[in-house]
Amino acid sequence: MQLAVYVGMVHAAEQTLADSFRQVGDGHAAESDVAHMCATLAGWSDDHVRRLHRVADRYGEMDVAEPERLHAEGLSETREGPVGLLRDLQDLYLLAALVQSSWTVVLQAAQGVRDHELLEIVEHCESETDRQMTWLTTRIKQAAPQALLVAS
Amino acid sequence: MTPEPGSTLDRLDRPDRTSDPWGDRTPHGRGTGWPVRRDQVLDAGLTDADVDTWVQSACVLCSNGCAADIAVKDGRMVGIRGRPDDRVNRGRLGPKGLYGSWPWASAGDRLTTPLVRDGGELREASWDEAMGRVVETSKRLLAEKGPLSHGFYTSGQLFLEEYYTLGVIGKAGIGTPHMDGNTRLCTATSAAALKESFGCDGQPGSYADIEECDAVFLYGHNMAETQTVLWSRILDRTHGGDPPVLVCVDPRSTAVAEEARRTGGVHLAPAPGTNVALMNALLREQLEHGWVDDTWVADHTFGIDELRQVVDPYTPEHAAEVCQVRADDVRRAAEIFGTADRVLSTVLQGFYQSHQATAAAVAVNDLHLLRGMIGRPGCGILQMNGQPTAQNTRECGADGDLPGFRNWENPEHVAELARLWNVDELTIPHWAPPTHAMQIFRYAEQGSIGLLWISATNPAVSMPELGRIRDLLAGDQCFLVVQDLFLTETARLADVVLPAAGWGEKAGTFTNADRTVHLSEKAVDPPGEARPDLDIWLDYADRMGFTDRDGQPLVRWRTPEEAFEAWKECSRGRPCDYSALSYDRLRGRSGLPWPVTDERPDGTERLYTDHVFPTGSDYCENYGHDLVTGGVVTPEKHKAMGLAGRAVLKAVPWQPPHEQPSTTYPLLFTTGRTVHHFHTRTKTGRARRLREAAPSPWVELSAADADRIGVSDGDRVRVESPRGHLEAPVRVTQVREGTVFAPFHYGYWDVGEGAGPDGAPRAANELTMTIWDPVSKQPVFKTAACRVSRVERSG
Repeated sequence: MQLAVYVGMVHAAEQTLADSFRQVGDGHAAESDVAHMCATLAGWSDDHVRRLHRVADRYGEMDVAEPERLHAEGLSETREGPVGLLRDLQDLYLLAALVQSSWTVVLQAAQGVRDHELLEIVEHCESETDRQMTWLTTRIKQAAPQALLVAS
Repeated sequence: MTPEPGSTLDRLDRPDRTSDPWGDRTPHGRGTGWPVRRDQVLDAGLTDADVDTWVQSACVLCSNGCAADIAVKDGRMVGIRGRPDDRVNRGRLGPKGLYGSWPWASAGDRLTTPLVRDGGELREASWDEAMGRVVETSKRLLAEKGPLSHGFYTSGQLFLEEYYTLGVIGKAGIGTPHMDGNTRLCTATSAAALKESFGCDGQPGSYADIEECDAVFLYGHNMAETQTVLWSRILDRTHGGDPPVLVCVDPRSTAVAEEARRTGGVHLAPAPGTNVALMNALLREQLEHGWVDDTWVADHTFGIDELRQVVDPYTPEHAAEVCQVRADDVRRAAEIFGTADRVLSTVLQGFYQSHQATAAAVAVNDLHLLRGMIGRPGCGILQMNGQPTAQNTRECGADGDLPGFRNWENPEHVAELARLWNVDELTIPHWAPPTHAMQIFRYAEQGSIGLLWISATNPAVSMPELGRIRDLLAGDQCFLVVQDLFLTETARLADVVLPAAGWGEKAGTFTNADRTVHLSEKAVDPPGEARPDLDIWLDYADRMGFTDRDGQPLVRWRTPEEAFEAWKECSRGRPCDYSALSYDRLRGRSGLPWPVTDERPDGTERLYTDHVFPTGSDYCENYGHDLVTGGVVTPEKHKAMGLAGRAVLKAVPWQPPHEQPSTTYPLLFTTGRTVHHFHTRTKTGRARRLREAAPSPWVELSAADADRIGVSDGDRVRVESPRGHLEAPVRVTQVREGTVFAPFHYGYWDVGEGAGPDGAPRAANELTMTIWDPVSKQPVFKTAACRVSRVERSG
């Protein structure tokens, strides 16, 4: 069963996302709302990682070579200025999209194995990933015109 | 004496209302009309016989909107009286209105000529020179950087006509999304909560619900000090037959709290930053005890299942632990709400300026929806406003929203405005959420907004983290235009200062917190070269040459009345419909609550009497938000909800506040108001009786904290947060343990020449945080960690 591979993948991706939210929040501390919301949303991903431990206990967790190329690198540093903020938020969005589609894959499997507990965990986490992405889209839309047209 | 209902008390000779802010009682029973009481004050030595004329207006020194007449003698304002026939105040005025309405107008330090900055100093200039500098900067920035280089930050103090004109100039002339008002600091959460629950801004209830209700819940609303006349109205019920029970939610033991206890209700004093936990418990109790009107909820709301899930963990015990209140008090408050037939709820800054602001205010709406208590007498929700004309800032597009409560994400709404103004749709900024005040100031700090035009407000005292605000306003990166009555702390930092006419010196209309529209006529001429704000913006539009698609002037009106007529067309068909109102219809009678249409020529007492809400995707003002993150609900998701006139129930889990007490900063700092002053005291600080009643700031501590720190009443203390500090004498009061309170009115204009402190700081906002609610974007003024130490023992 390959489910363990995807459990490992979503685990890694959530951890990367959590760390990256923190990285962006700290790096853009002068954007007060970004700093605080990134801290909150990092907490959501931390919580997903905790919930995944329960899944891993049951199905195992495997880190195999094949999906390795799908692993996303986290943000090692943040960029500067308004355009930098925009780019960092976009990077977060891409990481969140990887998390979301990984949850979608696990969700399909959870239905297949008729595992109610797993279903509940996955649905909860996926809906929060969706909310993380909605916030990112909202903030990107807000920042884009000023960053691209006026800011130096 | 206890007069009979309907009788009149003559208050002409009444002494000091600074110490008796609510005046004499006129008690009456449930369902009977609120009796008239005539309040009047004239300059010393004058009697009615000395008054040349009385000019119709309404008070602008709080959000209540009391109708008044201005006394004029020899071309000067010399007094004020309440209008007895008006639905809002029935002749009454509060201490601020009685003593603070006109003395400022003849103060020696009024701005009477424009000022421009040369060599670092402000000097007097002609209007041509001052406007020349503004227009030159404006045109240069538009050419170099485009419309997003411009920001406008206005007020909750001007008139509808001025806001609408500013809105058209900003949105269709320049085309910038960077417009907001200081209403962002006072009522943004009111508007946001109404939009989330009902699809659109607009108070559902009426002040007349006070006469019909059997319980009043005041959430973070120290009405006794903020809206004294409205509080008189409640006291007249609680002292009459069949009185309502009051419930007060406030960390301080206020007069409202005392009245709650006296009427057999409850005072809940949650720790700052815990409102949502308390509200979730109140919601849960309604569900637990079967106090919910299930049929009504099924027919008229959306979201009950999710709400049930969210509030489920919030037992009274859990809330008691988080909020540091008694579980039995939570139960009792919930029971009062759940078993009353008619509850009136009012909400203000204790919710709006605190942590999770929109979520907490929405929970008040939820409580009413669960019990189907909306749209009928006594079942009002008053998501109050903080300022007299804040409703108009919101309606007219002078803040981020599009005029007429239109939805920036709805292409048809944008097209309507484009047709009305005859401009290209893409001129009207609607591609992103409107820019809120805190973000406008951030862009100004970074210099991407190169021209910031501030009118009738004083952010150098009223915004959070003042050290930062002063620095960014003083910097060279942004050209600052300030338009005001006086050389405020903010004006002292400006590149151009424009002298404005004030209340009584110009005409216009404004709308209070229960949608009542009043006309305020011009009583006297402004001093020197001061001009009405409307005229200043018309002059700017002329000089800039803003035109429509056919090359005709974009702004075609010249007078307030013409501006009002233009606004009527803009409002037609929208929830805030003014189409059947006119200046003539507002003369010589009570104000009228909108919507005022051909079908409802006398206005509308209550909204949603048919339990149909403006939530339809084609009509609503916005599609809603995630209350935790502020992420916007997409048009597609909104359509999929299929609301079709149903209201929305929303709840979120409590989260701890952004800044927690620590060993270094062990206390929580919260700010608020006093009955004697308004905003940054620009007017009230120049009225002798109000100034003398509250001349300087103070800090409130609980007895336990005072003991621990080793200070007693009158000692001078230093209160310090990670951002700044203030010094003031201590008052040991009933404020809850662990909480430090300071009034936010006091800045520096009357203690020095600068925009900031010359010596020890005294403004409360030196300490507050740069953080805002994710949905309403209202700054959080109520939760900052702080520490207190003694500077000097009292003499």
